[in-house]
Amino acid sequence: MLAYLLRRILYAVPILIGVNLLTFALFFVVNTPEDMARMQLGIKRVTPEAIEKWKQQHGYDKPLLLNGAASGAGKVTDTIFWQKSASMFVLDFGYSDDGRNISREIQTRMMPSLAIALPTFLVGLVVYVSFALLMTLFRATALDIAGVALCVLLMSVSGLFYIIGGQFVVSKLWHLVPISGYDGGLGGFKFVALPIVIGVVGSVGSSSRWYRTIFLEEIGKDYVRTARAKGLSELRVLFRHVLKNAMIPILTGVVVVIPLLFMGSLLTESFFGIPGLGSYTIDAINAQDFSVVRAMVFLGSLLYIVGLILTDISYTMVDPRVRLS
Amino acid sequence: MNFTPVILWSDALVFLLLAACLAGAWYIRQHEHLLLPWRRVAQNATALVSLLVLALFLVVGLLDTLHYRAALPERNGGATVYSPEVLSVFDKLVEPLRVQTEKTYSAPLALTLYAKESTSDAQGRVLRDYPRLKFGGAHLADEAQRDGDVAWRGFKGALAGLLAGLLVVLAGAWLLLPSPASGRGIEGEGSQSKQKKREGSLCSTPLSPTLSRLRERGLPLRALLIATLIIATLIGITFNLATAYHVLGTDKVGQDVLYLSLKSIRTGLIIGTVTTLVTLPLALLLGIAAGYLRGWVDDVIQYVYTVLSSIPSVLLIAAAVLMMQVTIETHPHWFDTAASRADLRLVFLCLILGMTSWTGLCRLLRGETLKLRELEYIQAAQAFGVSSFRILTRHIVPNVMHIILIALVMDFSGLVLAEAVLSYVGVGVDPSTISFGTMINAARLEMGREPMVWWALAAAFGFMLALVLAANLFADAVRDAFDPRLNRTEANA
Repeated sequence: MLAYLLRRILYAVPILIGVNLLTFALFFVVNTPEDMARMQLGIKRVTPEAIEKWKQQHGYDKPLLLNGAASGAGKVTDTIFWQKSASMFVLDFGYSDDGRNISREIQTRMMPSLAIALPTFLVGLVVYVSFALLMTLFRATALDIAGVALCVLLMSVSGLFYIIGGQFVVSKLWHLVPISGYDGGLGGFKFVALPIVIGVVGSVGSSSRWYRTIFLEEIGKDYVRTARAKGLSELRVLFRHVLKNAMIPILTGVVVVIPLLFMGSLLTESFFGIPGLGSYTIDAINAQDFSVVRAMVFLGSLLYIVGLILTDISYTMVDPRVRLS
Repeated sequence: MNFTPVILWSDALVFLLLAACLAGAWYIRQHEHLLLPWRRVAQNATALVSLLVLALFLVVGLLDTLHYRAALPERNGGATVYSPEVLSVFDKLVEPLRVQTEKTYSAPLALTLYAKESTSDAQGRVLRDYPRLKFGGAHLADEAQRDGDVAWRGFKGALAGLLAGLLVVLAGAWLLLPSPASGRGIEGEGSQSKQKKREGSLCSTPLSPTLSRLRERGLPLRALLIATLIIATLIGITFNLATAYHVLGTDKVGQDVLYLSLKSIRTGLIIGTVTTLVTLPLALLLGIAAGYLRGWVDDVIQYVYTVLSSIPSVLLIAAAVLMMQVTIETHPHWFDTAASRADLRLVFLCLILGMTSWTGLCRLLRGETLKLRELEYIQAAQAFGVSSFRILTRHIVPNVMHIILIALVMDFSGLVLAEAVLSYVGVGVDPSTISFGTMINAARLEMGREPMVWWALAAAFGFMLALVLAANLFADAVRDAFDPRLNRTEANA
């Protein structure tokens, strides 16, 4: 197990290097720092001096990959690639365009993101699985067909509609919760309640339908027939046998998103004014703050890889046949 | 010539895609075994009705893809000067909708503007009232006549639409009757069932050999007939009302919302289909190469797609679009018109979406190829000394086609929905491109006004829902028909 984990972690390193090289190529080779400076400064203020000054301020006044002017290790370290990309491996993301430390910013914004994402995830999981189990229980009846039709309909509605519609009905018409905002602690409940509900409703269609497919695939298997032949009730068969055996496909889709919860949801956070990582990213995209976007890309892929490893570990917990070696 | 055709990059790609689809359809018609799953799709009433809806969207999108620049009346030393404005055939067809713009917001079917304005009457007194619209209901002298006029126009439109629908059905039937039944000819099949129903029995002796063939295939004629007539009636009502009113209201700068919604269809369709042009070759080539060749090729390809899929797709898209914006902004001389600039951005967006979404399909294809290459018929081919390339093209690719098709139709609706989200985030299409995303983006800020400006949002969401729902239902039918895992007893139908 330990050896397996170690190998997986080592395997993650080249992938992260790949991500890093890709973003580096995207941000610095396709467009030179000079282009970025021009863009940031706007058309009116572009002078060679202004560009130089901007590049110096943001640390882009170095060669891309190899610094011929420096000596010794400085040839490699005193470059944009080393300073802006390689340092990410020790989670040092540098400074954003408005001069703030990105790592610090990530730490403070993590909690609001989690306050929305974690409940959404947990409530969602329970709702989707129960809904799917219900449809499986009533399979091939009018109820099941209506359920699937509802799922397809819910799937076809844009996520933006749930947010805008929810804000309008719940906050503006019924005055139940504030339209947007955030507060830490228990007082924050009224702020996070609506985003959580909308987050759950928003993917009820696709998720429930997906779980239903998994359950239906399991229910055709021999052990289910055996269980029924033993005289177990249908509910018991579903919960004790089908649900347990469907754990592997469920975990495959679920565990991988757990670490990504830190990143929050871009849309929800920006609509509800929650100061999390999602709205941070959107603001950075709108302000064209490349260092923040790059940091978030790196963080996102790091968390994704952690999620993959967690998925493998979770397999061993629900299925004794799986051995990691 | 008083116009010059313009082929934008996205137009060219759409034509390419259309040609590929037609060639594919022709090839499938020649091969009975390939036609079989499509017959199963055609037996599904929901699928056929969704296809009808999708076909309507497609017609609007295609008409909107034929671009041209009109000639200006003045001449520059004998040479014709063309307007810098790029229009499409669709724009020309619905010219009144495009040209008849009001001052600002107005509600659907309204006679007056949304905001009050000060006017002075003959005695010089200043009146503050809702001014009448320039075009919407301008033929009415009295505002009280509106409801009656709307109802009368709607009724006339419904009648005309119903009649046109019946004509289409009859024309289809007439076209279909003498010739042997082909997979198409949707409307014709509908009329047959109608005639049958009039005879009182659905299973009586066939009216013609064609009809019996159609029935053998179990085509859901009645559903199609009803859907055609309902849709024709709706179009009739909308069309007749649109000649005198703004059916879905107007937006902030007074543009007709119905026009904007119809124009958005093309953007949505392009995002959903042109992206395939990137996804498909990448996923197919790399997927089967990795699965069949294994070894270091497999390692490299797996590495590439793991790297790409480990980046959250929104972030990767955002990063790529940001970079594209910088490139476009620093090279203004690449574009001769604003339309070509916005269009290139759309094409790039498709490219980027394709680059981020091929990994899933690639992984599926790799897995399937790994399975296939161990099967006896592949090993037999290898034993006969067939070259790898030939094995791949003759034996592997045809056997993974169903996976590709299912993945592509399933992806379509996701891409249409993604466009709206990306446009909201600010990394979608050019702000000057009319799309569902830009419509929603412009309208969502007006939700707080009193009385609420809801029509633009409702129109965008409604059209999107129709498109995506039809695509989802059709995709489900295609999946059911092509998925070999499903047990089938009627397979030789």
